[in-house]
Amino acid sequence: MINLELNEEYLELKQTVREFAVEVVAPVSAKHDAEHSFPYGVMAQMGEMGLFGLPFDEEYGGMGGDYFALALAIEELARVDQSVAITLEAGVSLGAMPIHRFGTQAQKERWLPALCAGTELAGFGLTETGAGSDAGGTATTATLRDGNWVLNGSKEFITNSGTEISTLVTATAVTGTKTRADGSTAKEISTILVPRDTPGYTVEKAYDKVGWRASDTHPLRFEDATVPEENLLGERGRGYANFLSILDEGRIAIAALGTGAAQGCLDEATAYAKTRVTFGKAIGENQGISFKLARMAARVHASRLAYYAAAAKMLAGKDFKTEAAIAKLVAGEAAMDNARDATQIFGGYGFMNETLVARHYRDSKILEIGEGTTEVQLLLIARSLGL
Amino acid sequence: MKIVVLIKQVPDTAEERILDPATGRLDREASDAVIDEITERALELALSVKDGDKSTEVVVATMGPKEALKSIRKALSMGADSGIHVLDDGLAGADLVVTASVLAAALRDTGADLFIAGNESTDGRAGMLPAMIAEHLGLPLLGSLVAADISAQSVSGQRATEAGTQDVSAAYPAIVTVTERFAEARFPNFKGILGAKRKPVSTLSAAELGDTGQISSSVLEVSQRPPRTAGAKITDDGNAAAQLVDFLASRRLI
Ligand SMILES: Cc1cc2nc3c(=O)[nH]c(=O)nc-3n(C[C@H](O)[C@H](O)[C@H](O)COP(=O)(O)OP(=O)(O)OC[C@H]3O[C@@H](n4cnc5c(N)ncnc54)[C@H](O)[C@@H]3O)c2cc1C
Repeated sequence: MINLELNEEYLELKQTVREFAVEVVAPVSAKHDAEHSFPYGVMAQMGEMGLFGLPFDEEYGGMGGDYFALALAIEELARVDQSVAITLEAGVSLGAMPIHRFGTQAQKERWLPALCAGTELAGFGLTETGAGSDAGGTATTATLRDGNWVLNGSKEFITNSGTEISTLVTATAVTGTKTRADGSTAKEISTILVPRDTPGYTVEKAYDKVGWRASDTHPLRFEDATVPEENLLGERGRGYANFLSILDEGRIAIAALGTGAAQGCLDEATAYAKTRVTFGKAIGENQGISFKLARMAARVHASRLAYYAAAAKMLAGKDFKTEAAIAKLVAGEAAMDNARDATQIFGGYGFMNETLVARHYRDSKILEIGEGTTEVQLLLIARSLGL
Repeated sequence: MKIVVLIKQVPDTAEERILDPATGRLDREASDAVIDEITERALELALSVKDGDKSTEVVVATMGPKEALKSIRKALSMGADSGIHVLDDGLAGADLVVTASVLAAALRDTGADLFIAGNESTDGRAGMLPAMIAEHLGLPLLGSLVAADISAQSVSGQRATEAGTQDVSAAYPAIVTVTERFAEARFPNFKGILGAKRKPVSTLSAAELGDTGQISSSVLEVSQRPPRTAGAKITDDGNAAAQLVDFLASRRLI
């Protein structure tokens, strides 16, 4: 039952993405980071390789793989470039997945082929000023009027919403009130597909971020943004629950991203520790440095096992919520801790923006915040303990 | 249209490549085996023809040890339809003459319109094999092209010479060899990786190919390249040119 060996297909995919990351992504990473520019060329090639279609059915232009294949690809990309990795993660697991999972036949046919090909990107619009960790705080409204949904409100921090190839955002919105079994009332939250060219829908200026600077993030505004009634995604009133289930899976992909980042820091710092000489010997010969690297290796290993285990449960159709939260927690912290240690090992060079470890240092912090903060993971894990 | 691409598995040029001092042959343990970069470009050329006309059949052929199957599989995951693997322990250490006659025998009945190979491999670098195969099969060879145009009836291309470029063309069947001026190979996609398993690879032994001759050359000795030693440093105090000339003359280089 215990088998942690990757099969030939997973291995070959991992190897292929690794080569791509080193040969194609890495050479332009520092430039896109410095310029805060979206790497369209890299994305086009990732699209041709089928990375955006990895876990989807061939019927919609997908690759017929699974979610674990996606996670492996994300890990390999994150070793050299977290921005590229998050663009893939958000594009597939937040952008396309809700449509794949909850969409009607017509919605899937309309959107999935281009999303699978990576020629278009969709955003996942959950977070608002008053709805972050407490994601049910949604204030954006969608009112059904003459066969159309009319949206009003705003969203914060929406990834992949404003690139030249961003064509859609799936937005949670309050569509009414519902009465619970005990007679109390609550907001009815649903999900609406809002195409980019919808009148009244504005993608505002991109944020100036500390890290993930080649990834695209914007606030969104809806002012009487009007879309046809059939743009409801999934069941009316199930929007919040559906999005939470998407986030459960997403945590495995983010854990893979954190694992890749932690591995990238380990690779860089190990190589540097072997070649940087002070006081007549390589700095890695000092236990103060080698123990740091040993600890970094242990964090990478634990993170990887954690996300493999969560993915295995998910693919086996078992409840994987807690394992996914643990993987996200462990891998996010591993990335941040390894980035801090790697930067320390690099000395002053680690504080220079053009080095990969400096980029990982800036990029990794968000792994303890996005798609559920560390505290939210702890809340979920504590809940599994009955607390 | 049917295109056969000759691919070769070689040690990765990004790693250290060494010969086994006992046999004089490549130490296959020392570095990762990959598809030779130029033959990967040859494959890309064939696949680009297939992109334009899906009915194009692309076959990859190689002679090599068991591990060479990995390279065939990679080519299949990139989009080739099938593979031919000449695999025979008796062929270990085969020289150019035998390799050419073995490959020619393996390719003779493929019914291919076009054979594409690299102009030379990054390990052996003899650059002779395609011409020798062309001779065996009695086919026209368009060697060392820098550009090619493959149509349904014929192939044409440009060859860079020291004096300029030559326009060359041939009717099928023909052999062309490409240089590193051709486009880099694509990365395989996951559907290709999943599908590669189901694609056929035929394995041929030397015996199945008839009389392909005897290995007639042998390596007597190999030795490590001597480590580089520090060179002479000339400081220009007005007569550096004369010192340089003296140095070159003393080494009989001029
Ligand atoms: C670069 C980037 C990309 C993003 N992409 C997207 C996207 O594509 N789509 C999307 O919908 N959102 C996206 N987000 C939003 C992200 O998911 C939220 O920022 C995150 O969930 C935290 O919400 P918040 O910022 O409102 O923080 P808050 O919820 O206000 O939290 C503030 C602090 O309080 C802590 N806290 C909150 N509640 C508790 C509690 N009960 N117990 C203990 N501690 C608590 C939090 O852990 C945190 O440390 C993105 C964010 C960033 C920065």
